[in-house]
Amino acid sequence: MRNREKISGNIDWVTVMIYSILVFVGWLSIFTASAGEDVSTLLDLNTRYGKQLLWIGFAILLAGLILIIDAEFFSTFSYVFYLGLLLLLVGVLIFGSTVAGSKSWFRIGGFAIQPAEFAKFATALAMAKYLSALNVNMRALKTKVISMGILILPALLILLQNDTGSALVYFSFGIVLFREGFSGLLFIAVLMMATLFITTILFSETLVISVLAGIVFIILIFFKKYRKNWKPIFGIMVLSIAFVFSANYAFENVLPAHQKNRINVLLGIEQDLRGAGYNVNQSKIAIGSGGLTGKGFRNGVLTRYNFVPEQSTDFIFCTIGEEWGFLGVSVLILLFMTLLIRIILLAERQRSKFSRIYGYGVASILFFHFTINIGMTIGLAPVVGIPLPFLSYGGSSLWAFTLLLFIFLKQDANRLNVL
Amino acid sequence: MYSTDYSSRKNIIIGVFLLVAIIFIIRLFYLQVINSSYKLSADNIVLRKVREYPPRGLIYDRYGNLMVFNEAAYDLMVIPRQMKDVDTSLICDITGIDKLTFEKKLTKAKRYSYYKPSTFMKQISKKDIGKIQEKLYQIPGLFIQTRTLRQYPYPIAGHLLGSIGEVNKREIEKDNFYKPGDYIGKSGIENYYEEYLRGKSGLKIVEVDVHNRLKGKYSNGKFDTIAVAGKDLFLGIDADLQLYGEQLMQNKKGSIVAIEPKTGELLALISSPGYNPNLLVGRERSENYSKLLKDTLIPLMNRATMGTYPPGSTFKMVNALVGLQDKTLNKFTEYGCKGQLSAPIKCTHDHKTPLNLSEAIEQSCNPYFWNTYKRILENPSYSSSHEGYEHWYENVTSFGFGEKFKTDIPFEVKGNMPDNKYFDKLYRGSWNALTVRSLSIGQGEILVTPIQLANLSAIIANRGYYYPPHLLTKMEGHDEVLNPYFTEKQITSIDPDNFDIVRTAMLDVFEAEYGTARWYKLDSIKQCGKTGTVQNPHGDDHSIFIAFAPMDNPQIAISVIVENSGFGSKWAAPIASLLIEKYLSGEPQRKALEKRMMDGNLLQGDNNNNQH
Repeated sequence: MRNREKISGNIDWVTVMIYSILVFVGWLSIFTASAGEDVSTLLDLNTRYGKQLLWIGFAILLAGLILIIDAEFFSTFSYVFYLGLLLLLVGVLIFGSTVAGSKSWFRIGGFAIQPAEFAKFATALAMAKYLSALNVNMRALKTKVISMGILILPALLILLQNDTGSALVYFSFGIVLFREGFSGLLFIAVLMMATLFITTILFSETLVISVLAGIVFIILIFFKKYRKNWKPIFGIMVLSIAFVFSANYAFENVLPAHQKNRINVLLGIEQDLRGAGYNVNQSKIAIGSGGLTGKGFRNGVLTRYNFVPEQSTDFIFCTIGEEWGFLGVSVLILLFMTLLIRIILLAERQRSKFSRIYGYGVASILFFHFTINIGMTIGLAPVVGIPLPFLSYGGSSLWAFTLLLFIFLKQDANRLNVL
Repeated sequence: MYSTDYSSRKNIIIGVFLLVAIIFIIRLFYLQVINSSYKLSADNIVLRKVREYPPRGLIYDRYGNLMVFNEAAYDLMVIPRQMKDVDTSLICDITGIDKLTFEKKLTKAKRYSYYKPSTFMKQISKKDIGKIQEKLYQIPGLFIQTRTLRQYPYPIAGHLLGSIGEVNKREIEKDNFYKPGDYIGKSGIENYYEEYLRGKSGLKIVEVDVHNRLKGKYSNGKFDTIAVAGKDLFLGIDADLQLYGEQLMQNKKGSIVAIEPKTGELLALISSPGYNPNLLVGRERSENYSKLLKDTLIPLMNRATMGTYPPGSTFKMVNALVGLQDKTLNKFTEYGCKGQLSAPIKCTHDHKTPLNLSEAIEQSCNPYFWNTYKRILENPSYSSSHEGYEHWYENVTSFGFGEKFKTDIPFEVKGNMPDNKYFDKLYRGSWNALTVRSLSIGQGEILVTPIQLANLSAIIANRGYYYPPHLLTKMEGHDEVLNPYFTEKQITSIDPDNFDIVRTAMLDVFEAEYGTARWYKLDSIKQCGKTGTVQNPHGDDHSIFIAFAPMDNPQIAISVIVENSGFGSKWAAPIASLLIEKYLSGEPQRKALEKRMMDGNLLQGDNNNNQH
């Protein structure tokens, strides 16, 4: 009894508060997007707002449960969770049902569960478990390979389900690795690859390669002190050229047509308002029409009349943009930022390395979802269907994010008990 | 085993988070606050402006018989933006067009606007629209707009009623009331009273969802306007008389104008050949219009207001009246017409000589009026015959000749009444009565319209005044006559007393032993008339007749012109007499005469000529 009181006293209520606000705003937006003119009861399970209310109820139970369970439970069983989820990801490939082109759902009665959503917290646990081991040397190649392996395994399985968006989420663990001491060069290299990829598609291989060669030429001619490093410079150049060619080849020949379209539309190469660009264009119109202060609750005509596809799930941000305007979305972004920075700061104050790494995992996953989801609704990121944490409609995603966050809150509440 | 503290890297990570947040906020500020085009697109997507077309004003005749009414027609409208993944073959099936036509229509709509509705198919009948309506829910982007078409219970009076048609670019630019696809009065009454007939269109702003289903009014209808129906018009036309006249004129070229002398209201305005106004309605309009346009008999021309003819013998009364007014003529004046006396204008009739004024009118003696005319111009009160002509010209133009009436009569022309200056120029100043002698018998340079001739008849009936001939008598919602000019009494320069002898002589045209219309005398009605046979340099003479009746309380004044039909007494006079009988007694008793007139086909020669 005393122990429980102590725990509730140690819980970071600021985070819980932000979580509650986000879930509530999410439900309001789902309500406005899915409710007709007449609403008889809020718990109408034939409607999305009714179901979401039920999911929220379960999520609260889940959060309470996590706070009661012993904090050591999660770190102890990290690998069990991880392996269990891997098995489910394999299982869904065999027994799963297909929704919107992705074979990533287990159907149980009238409900469907998406294991990919839960794989995130399991991976974060496994990563934290592995990197917090006493004998781990961050500089060792073995560490790098194994930690990469922990990420790539679930990512590949999810990719096989044809759910590119959820697979990409595992890139976010780069932040965790960076914090724990992986070389920053790796991230610079990734950034460079991304730049090369985009410029190659936007312009042409020849142009990109000419510019690269030009830069190398200028460095070697005008900066004498780099001349003695000509070998690595040339090495980088050759690798870059090889990357440019392979990236272009992959884009033209390997990437599925719809993915290619989305990237083309994002980069402004194609203006396909009725195809891949339709969602984004409608979404931009809905958000843009919100103006400074928005149209008011339940007055967002574009979102209410279904002009924006996937409106209560991946494009929930549009509803907020249309009904609450620039002021509303600014507040939402600030809330997310407060949450993310709060988690980072909480992570930093952990005595346990496990808790810290897990905390960074939570922040990274949330940040990735936040960036890609909002980015795609305002035309800054490709349309990959991933939900906005805590706001988007869906039981799996809400529960997975609740698990993810509250396991960390539990660790944090328990931080003083760690030696 | 060594470890390094990397906790300062948290600052880089937090920095990246904040960078993303700042980029988002800047982007959102641009989308939501700076760039207003998204707001506009949103309105275009969600709001649909539905124009409510007001019913156009109806048109009634003088007895309240409906002449023009509205019938619902349906336009199929398209919004190209919503036309994606539609079942083309279903559309083709329900509308009865082929795939190529479908593509063509869609391309045309897209060219007008991608977001705004434009007409896909016009004026679909009630029968066809049912089939379309049934399937419409399966086709996003198509919807039905109700429109009204004009219908005519009587197939008559096409010329004076006119027609409506789609507005052209120029009309839209001139008046921003109109939007592309709107209808506007193109001719006749429809055109003249357009601003009253059209009413006021309403605008309903509604919200639709992505499937183009109506979701409700925008802002509770705060910005909606209600359509106001057009005003109904009442014309002076007697539809039955108009119909009867058109029947009498069938297969003849010419015109009939009937006026109520006391008011100037037009009772009938007939131009033959005419056309059924129902032809110029709806989808067939343009096809029928070009057919009518190509017809060699020019059915689209309104001969009653645009045809100009020398008035011939009917003009003799005008000269007689001017002479009486000038006192250069009185009822006892006699002129002979045999031998030398017949020069320079021969008498075309065989009668006793000399004749007095009454007999001269009755028998239409040319030399008599030449002499009358000569005396007017060479009146010793004036210094020269030029001055005499000027005086005559003033008198004659007070009858309305040489000028338009400028009322609501469609497509009026002036005719021609030459003045001094004209002859000065033509003859370099050296001319006299003899030079312009043709005017004495209504030939030469004088050209009058049938409506001016009917007005002459009305003036004689009224003994010296007229009201400008007009069509409209009353408009819904207006107690007074719309145009005060219509009821402004126009007084000629001739004193009422001077008309008596002319009127008596005109009665004799019907009733005297040698009257030129004596075969058409009626026991029940005292008719007054005057024949005319107009020399036509292009072919057979035109038959002209003017008349009014009853003599003592004239109810109708009329002019009839039958082109290329020879003597006035042969066709024009009986037609005028039948119309008078019809108007005054309701049903003409002279069935044989009526049948002869209706069956008479004077176009055969024309048709043969046309074939060459």
